[in-house]
Amino acid sequence: MKTLQYLLLLAFLGILIVAVTNLPPRGDVTAPVHQHVNPAGTPVAGTYFIQHAYEDTRTPNMVTVILADYRAFDTLGEVIVVFAGGIACFFILNLGRRKP
Amino acid sequence: MSTTNTELCSKESSMMAPTESPIVHLASRGISPVILLIGMYVFFHGHYSPGGGFQGGVLLAAAILLLRLSLGTSLSQPVMPSWITLRLSALGALIFAGIGLVSIFFGGNFLDYHYLPMPWLEPAYLRYYGILLVEVGVTITVMTTLVAIYDDLLGC
Repeated sequence: MKTLQYLLLLAFLGILIVAVTNLPPRGDVTAPVHQHVNPAGTPVAGTYFIQHAYEDTRTPNMVTVILADYRAFDTLGEVIVVFAGGIACFFILNLGRRKP
Repeated sequence: MSTTNTELCSKESSMMAPTESPIVHLASRGISPVILLIGMYVFFHGHYSPGGGFQGGVLLAAAILLLRLSLGTSLSQPVMPSWITLRLSALGALIFAGIGLVSIFFGGNFLDYHYLPMPWLEPAYLRYYGILLVEVGVTITVMTTLVAIYDDLLGC
């Protein structure tokens, strides 16, 4: 049974390695994903982000640009969620302790 | 509020039993600044490599929580006091939203860093520093929220 598990893990590792080596390089505009055209007839927004991210912000890391500039409102929501989680833990865990 | 917090933290409850081992004390006190340094690196290098506010904040919180676990809650208060954690968390969220509001006041849209009041910079670098300021808020919120949840579990 143990050997079967290890063989399964090795096979899965091999599949992952083959899949990763076949991926297009990061930021390749000619990748098949970015060749799609939406129903309105214009290319999807990823192409614009890849082509203009560096000129817009002078930041080499495209992921940071999308997270903190193009989609900053989304990231603001994530921060608010983290903060709300902390507040909720504060109120729930201190329910019985704050009695004088 | 801070006085009750210190009273609560001075009572070592069963969950926060600090170890007496000098090896654990020395190792955690030696490793914690290194983790802090790596956290700062991951945060400030988010413009150039994988990293950024969330990951850097988690690393900074890990360094503080290591001290909390090994030294006990009351001895690790000077690193980050318990009463300050949730307030700093709110401050981080306020920094993020405040940058958006500043760019509204100076004529742009919400979170449009192009309108930040730093006229000596060209627009692309305005966005560069806008991203950096926003990530500061993310880092503060994530770091202090993780520490605050641990302190709430112990009743500090």
